[in-house]
Amino acid sequence: MAKYEAMTIDKTTDEVLQLAATHFKVPREQLKADDDFFKTLGINSLQALDLLTRLEQHFHIELPDYELQGVSDFRTLAERIQSRL
Amino acid sequence: MLDLREYQCLGEALRAALDRWSDLLCLVEANRDHENARFTYRQFKDAALPLARALQDAGFQNGTRAAIIMTNQSKWLISAYAIFFSGGVLVPVDYKLTPDEQIQLLAHSKAEFLVVEHHAWKAITQAQTFKALGARVVLVTEAPASADLAGAKRWEEFRGAGEPAFVPRKRTDPACIVYSSGTAGRPKGCVLTHENYLEQCMAVTPIFPFWPGARYLSIIPTNHAIDFMGGFIMPFTGGGTVVHLRTLRPEFIRDAFTRYKITYMAVVPLILTNLQRGLRERFAALSPMKRRVLNALISVNGALTRRRPHLGLSRMLLKDIHQAFGGRLRALLVGGAFTEPSTIAFFHDLGIPIYNGYGCTEACTAITLNDQKPFRPETVGRPVRGMDIRILNPDAGGVGEVAVQSKTVMSHYLGDPEMTAETIVDGWLMTGDLGRLDQSGQLQLFGRKKNMIVTEEGKNIYPEDVEAAFDGIAVKEYCIFAANFLWPARTMVGEQLVIVLHPEAGKAIGGQLVASLAERNRRLLNYKRVSGYVVWEADFPRTASLKIKRAELAEQLRNAIGREAVVPL
Repeated sequence: MAKYEAMTIDKTTDEVLQLAATHFKVPREQLKADDDFFKTLGINSLQALDLLTRLEQHFHIELPDYELQGVSDFRTLAERIQSRL
Repeated sequence: MLDLREYQCLGEALRAALDRWSDLLCLVEANRDHENARFTYRQFKDAALPLARALQDAGFQNGTRAAIIMTNQSKWLISAYAIFFSGGVLVPVDYKLTPDEQIQLLAHSKAEFLVVEHHAWKAITQAQTFKALGARVVLVTEAPASADLAGAKRWEEFRGAGEPAFVPRKRTDPACIVYSSGTAGRPKGCVLTHENYLEQCMAVTPIFPFWPGARYLSIIPTNHAIDFMGGFIMPFTGGGTVVHLRTLRPEFIRDAFTRYKITYMAVVPLILTNLQRGLRERFAALSPMKRRVLNALISVNGALTRRRPHLGLSRMLLKDIHQAFGGRLRALLVGGAFTEPSTIAFFHDLGIPIYNGYGCTEACTAITLNDQKPFRPETVGRPVRGMDIRILNPDAGGVGEVAVQSKTVMSHYLGDPEMTAETIVDGWLMTGDLGRLDQSGQLQLFGRKKNMIVTEEGKNIYPEDVEAAFDGIAVKEYCIFAANFLWPARTMVGEQLVIVLHPEAGKAIGGQLVASLAERNRRLLNYKRVSGYVVWEADFPRTASLKIKRAELAEQLRNAIGREAVVPL
């Protein structure tokens, strides 16, 4: 866990973008922090939950489903993660 | 099953169920791979009655309105029972709405009590409109010890001593106020009576019977009419078990099937297509030989179950697949929105019957149910018991508006006699959906007559409710429509919203405006977003009070431009 204590929001956002790109098989350079991930990735809310599971594994945290409510851009998602690191 | 003809209200029927099945397993609350709680019917009663007593001590009485904003969990049902026991009217509010929308509905319903999960309460207290919250008693569940509850009480500590008084209600009294849609525009609060629910339960249980040992996996939000009926009233009055799962992650849904040997699950089409995708990926990963064998077995099963489902045969032929669903699954009920026949066929061929239905909150859930006897995935089935359906003004092909008469049709829209009169005409509920009854009495749907869309998640979206998000954009006027309302299409899937823009004189729709539209669009919940815009250079027709004459504007647009004019946002 100590590994993440020093993480900045920019670094967390970058890792979220990288994981999303890998998980949904899209080039990393196509994704930006303020992108609407539903639109950019062409995914629905259940596929977004899949991403949440992947992020939990990576950051070693637990994110309840409700953390995704009302969130649609990578930066806000990264903020939700950051608050639990 | 209890004989619901003997009961006057939900509280009375549920009370009888808790006494009758007292030692049986009533409710399990699971979260991911662990269990939070489980209750026998007696334990459920023991958890609910002190809450009922505390509500009554706080002034709760016959007809008091109480709202619930919670994800699916045991405290939802315990609170609902305490409210019904105390003679209250339940207002289930969608936990997925924004806090401002929730506050609007709470104010509209005039709910005096609110039971709310801590994360939702935290968001409500931070909302700009928090001061508009009218509830005088707020009970917050699962709040951390250090949390500032902004005047609310802890649900877990809100317990009264002594026996609460059971408050009986008449069949014609309101049981629930359920918002079928509408927030910013014109909230549609369906006032559903105890009779509506008791009759709906009796109408659906011949097709979906519950018995001690039958288990229902609850994942559709309980505020949704389908889960309220299928995941509360029906299983309880039949002595069954409800399993709550506090996550929608596919891996934990799969795990819950096997761990709890689920009998039924209700889903919206989105979940079904997701399950389908997951299964397809697993099949694709099989070796070519195994895949060929599987495909052959699927074909044989599909052919042998055309006339009716044969669960024993399907479980034998496709053992591994059925084991993955726990081995006891009898059917998946899909509702809330239209389901593609190809998806229904996919599961049918695996021997997992998909009972697709058609209904609406105004009719207390199901109007028709398709039990696949015979397999007819292109229809939504026959009317359930006690449901009278008419097709109004049918065209040459027999397609017209579906109208319904039954004891399940709501009393009225809360505080809106005008909309009630438009919707219930001479005792018939005008659904606004276009359909045809075939010779065997099965209903087929062919699109909508009304200006609305239904998403794959079962959300009803009225364009008027989305318009406020674009308030102040730099155009002379604008209006939002369902694309299929502007350009009628014989489909119930892939529905979209479009915004019609009337630019200021001499000004073009430029990059800055489009960027502003996109930005505002993004702030909407993802299922409420507008998919594109059209430009319209004429003044919108308006009433004397300057309201847009939507039907007239739609007709002008329809006659002048087609779908190809829509520019994606």
